[in-house]
Parts: sequence; structure tokens; C-alpha cells
Amino acid sequence: MNTPATDGRPGGQEILLENVSKVWGAHKAVDDLSIRVPAGTFTVLLGPSGCGKSTTLRMIAGLESADAGRILIGGRDVTHLPAAERDLAMVFQSYALFPHLDVAENIVFGLKVRRVARDEREARLKRVADLLGLSALLDRKPSQLSGGQQQRVALGRAIIAERPVCLMDEPLSNLDAKLRHEMRVEIRALQKKLGFTMVYVTHDQVEAITMADQVVLLNGGRLEQASDPRALYQRPETPFAARFIGVPPMNVLPGALLADLDAGLAAHKVGLRPESLMLADRGPLAARVASLEYLGADMLIDCEAGGTIFTVRLPGDHDIAAGTDIRLGFAPQDLHVFDGTTGHRRDDLAAATGARIAG
Amino acid sequence: MTTATGRTRVPMLIRSREWVHAWLLLLPALFFLFAFTHVPAVMTLWNSFHSTPRGRRPARFIGLDNYERMMGDPIFWKVLGNNLWFAFGTIPLSIGIAIVMALWVNDRLAGRGFVRMAYFTPTVLPLIAVANIWLFFYTPGFGLIDQVGSALFGWPQTNWLGDPSTALNAVIVVTVWKEAGFFMIFYLAALQAIPPSLVEAAKIEGAGRWTIFWRITFPLMMPTTLFVSINAVINSFRLVDHIFILTNGGPDNASSLLLFHIYETAFKYWETGYGATLTVAMLAILCALAIGQFFFFDRRVHYK
Repeated sequence: MNTPATDGRPGGQEILLENVSKVWGAHKAVDDLSIRVPAGTFTVLLGPSGCGKSTTLRMIAGLESADAGRILIGGRDVTHLPAAERDLAMVFQSYALFPHLDVAENIVFGLKVRRVARDEREARLKRVADLLGLSALLDRKPSQLSGGQQQRVALGRAIIAERPVCLMDEPLSNLDAKLRHEMRVEIRALQKKLGFTMVYVTHDQVEAITMADQVVLLNGGRLEQASDPRALYQRPETPFAARFIGVPPMNVLPGALLADLDAGLAAHKVGLRPESLMLADRGPLAARVASLEYLGADMLIDCEAGGTIFTVRLPGDHDIAAGTDIRLGFAPQDLHVFDGTTGHRRDDLAAATGARIAG
Repeated sequence: MTTATGRTRVPMLIRSREWVHAWLLLLPALFFLFAFTHVPAVMTLWNSFHSTPRGRRPARFIGLDNYERMMGDPIFWKVLGNNLWFAFGTIPLSIGIAIVMALWVNDRLAGRGFVRMAYFTPTVLPLIAVANIWLFFYTPGFGLIDQVGSALFGWPQTNWLGDPSTALNAVIVVTVWKEAGFFMIFYLAALQAIPPSLVEAAKIEGAGRWTIFWRITFPLMMPTTLFVSINAVINSFRLVDHIFILTNGGPDNASSLLLFHIYETAFKYWETGYGATLTVAMLAILCALAIGQFFFFDRRVHYK
């Protein structure tokens, strides 16, 4: 099950969630969730706030107990084990550095607790400090460090024990934009180098898309979609997934707007990304320009058709005024169809309609 | 140059008026502070070098005679020893119990509010009432302790407050009972100021409850421990009211503490000069202890 890491150290372990639920009073924070996180991969739990992603992570960590279902790490059922026995590391949103201990003591805290010999501790501390650029800061207290440095100390504490699983709960949300970008790259590189299994919680789709091998999209405690970032963008399973990924979000329109093209769509919803719509004199979608937003490289046009407003993103500068009637077209593969009753993706309908456009 | 003269010349008036206002505002508080704290303190020091005035004989300067007398006074040493025993008996015990109670009521448990209130009640009750209740507990023969003791363990009848070997310890028990709840409130506040994520992080790192307490919780509560321990030391040297009710210092000064002895010397036997000397000695001890505690704790205390 273990994937050997590049430098020969033991790699990550697979994490399995089977029908896990967590209930707070009458509110279902996590509802019958099943996820598989393959060994040695980087999985991001993504979703709006209150979707249950942090609760899910804390259940994996053992900081919350699951009310139903099973959690397996590396094939071992850990559902009822305390956090200390799950053999994992975690980075908290607030970093949770011990304020009365200096950087070195913070990093080796876990090794000391587990009675690792002093020489071994020192050697590992040196390695981790070098890796994270903390060597000059080892005798400082956390309050004397900048946010980015504190973040590195938290990372150091997580990786020094070389645990097979590392959990991160929105670790970058307290950093400024530039630092966040650097840390994104760094965390991803670290995970690849050390080979552990990463579960990473964020509400930021950019972090999810840029870092993840697998994105697990949650909404209201339920799984919307679990797939790699490309598939999430290209083949969203539900209208929620479609609108959560991509800026500006995908237009999800009543199928009746494309009834001229395919009468069968009328009962369903169609999804078209703003960037896949283009001006086409004989395009299937007739609309009126409601407003324009010029962004330099491209422009955003709010259009109105059949009482619905949707967004079109056109590259470059176009000479269009508000109130103009336009026609829009799209490539057959850019059409997404979602079932009118179940809300699920209907590739058969999309393919049929796509064939008409092509034909 | 112009700015310098401008600064000194024009606002001079305004500034002096500000000074007057400031002193006027400070005056009432200063008056009472001096009248009841500073002047008596200096007078005490002054009196300690003088004899006690009696009738037509005014006080006269006798140098260190009072101090020499104190050094040779067996009751002073007895009372000081009592006080040290009292401090060692009450301070660690009440702090320890306070921490345990605070940890207990900080956890999620049913009826937490009730337990907190119950622990704090001894602090709210009037001292005299508390001492009287305990007097009944300690009553030989039919007091609560003797009754429970004889019913459960067949103990013989004991005069807890009347026996020189148990009197001071009986007072210690009452004091611990009264102080622990008070200190608990400070520890509870300190515990609640510790972010839960620190404890969670320690758990993830494999620490058990014991390790978390000694390596995380206790060090982070150090400022509270410093504060509480200085207060406890001062309290242990300041206690008189329990003793008035419970033992009146007896038997044979077995439960007399320094301040009680000072009270008796100065106001019962009217030896004010010697009483002042004892007071100075007590203040010196308290100062030394407080400063010592600051130095002792300084390296161990982490302030946020």
C-alpha cells in the first residue's frame, strides 16, 4: 500500500472514509461521506464555509469522533483511536505554536514526547531547519517571528516526525497574497519530496486547483465531486461543482434557452462557461447585452436572454454597446447538461446536442 | 531657537495650571493613602526604635533595644515558626487543589456551572460565619468530624482545636478550604485563555493528558501561579480572623501567627513600641519573600 518516496523513506498511507457522518444537534455537519485518498497523494477538501470540510479533517485527525461510519488509515481502522495513536501530523490554521517554547523546542516537541533519542532529535531538527530555512531562528520564541516564519515552524513540526499522513487546515489563510503563493509552491514541493499523504482543507479554489492531485468538493456536508482538478473544471458532476470552480463561475441556464437547438433540453439545465462562449452570427443563443466590464486582456459582458442574466468573457477589446442584440456560439464539447430532476451531469444529452452543433 | 523659547515661554502658564489641576485631582486619594498607609508605615518604623509611652512617661529613643528583645523572645520565634509551617501547609496545598478544581470544572461535564459555584462559595461566605461553622465541625465529641470519625473508623474523641499538636493544622484545613476556591477562579480564567488548538496540537504530537498538563498547560498558567502564590504568601502572614474565632492563638501559642501575636502585643498588652518592631520584622519578611518569588519565577514565567 505504501508508495516509496524518492529518498527512500517510507511514503504515505491510504486514507479511507466509509459512510462517515457527524451530527451537531439537529445539524448534519458531515452526511454519509465516503472518500478515498490514495497513498502519497495530495488531496484537497474544498467547499464553502460550513460545508463540513474542517469537521471531516478533524475526524480524520481524531479531534472529533465520527457519529457513524468508519475511518481507515493505511488499512487500519482508526475510527475509535485517539489522535495520539493515529500516527499523523497536522498544521492548524492558527499554527498552534506553543508560545512558551522556542522554535527548536516547538519543532521537536513530538519527538520528545515520543522519547526519540537526543542525537536523533538534533539530527532531524538540523535537517528540517535547513529544509525550511529556519536555522537562524531556532532560539526565538514564536511571538518574535513573522506570520510566514510561524507558518514554517508549524510545517517543521508537522514534517519532522516523518509521519505517513499530514493534515492541514487552511494553513495559508493568515498570510498575504505573495507569501501565500510562495508557500503553496513550497508545501507542494515538500509533499512530493517526502512522499506523505496530504489532506488539505481550503475554501480557496485557486489553492485547490494548483496544489491538488485530487479535489474533494463538499457542500452542506455531502460529497459533490471527487476528481482531479482538470476533471473538476472540464467535467463538473453537478451545477454546484460547475459554479464553484472557475472565475467567473459557469453559467447554469434553463435548457429552454437552447430549445431551438434541441427540444429535449427544455426539461434540463445547461452549463456554459463564460470563457467558452463566443460571438457567432449564426450561433444558437440569442441575447441582449446588459452591461460591460473592461478588464484589459479581456472583457466581461453580462447578457440577458429569456429573463436570465449570464456572463460572457471575450478576449481582447470588442466594440459592443449595452443594449445591442448579439448571438453567441460555443464548441460542442463545451456544453454541459445537468439533469432537471437529479441535478447530475448528463453526457448523453450533451453529446446529442453537440452532434447537432457540429452537424 | 524660536521653537525653544516658544516652548518654554508661552505654555508656561498653561503648563503650571495643568500641574495645579493634576495635583488637585490627585490630592484626595493621596491624602487618604498617606493618612492610612504611608504615614503609619513610617511611624511604625519610627516607633520601633522607641520605648512604649506610658502615662506621664513619654516614648524615648532606645535604639535597637526592641530588636534585641525580639531576637531573644521565644514567643516571637515560636510564632514565626508557626507562620512558616502555616505558609508551607496552606500555599502548595491550596494552589494544588485550586489547579485540580479548575481543570475539573474547565472540562465539559454535566452541571459544570453548579460545581463552579459550589467551589467558589467558601470565598463568598463571611469569614466569621465560616469559622463558627468549622468550630462546630471540630467540637470534641459531638462535632461533625468526631462523629463521622468514630462512626466510620472508631476514632477516639479528639479536641482538634484544643490540642497543641493539632490546633494549627486544624486552622490550616479551614484556610485551605477557604482559599482554594478563590484561587481556582484565577486558574479557570487562565485555562480558558489557552487556545484549544494548542492542546489539540499536543495531542496530535502524541502527548497524553499528563504530558499536556506539565509541558503545555502548567507553563502557560505560570503568570497566574506567580500572582496567586504572592497573594497566598501575603494572606498566610495576614491571617488573624480565623484565629480569633477558632483558637484565640492557643493553646500555649500553638496556633498563634505573627500578625495575631502583633495584635496581642500591641493592643492587648499595649506594648506599642515592641509591636511596631514586630510589624517591621513582618514587613521585611514579606518584602523579601515577594522579591524572592519574582526572581524565582522570572525565568519560568511566559507572559503573552
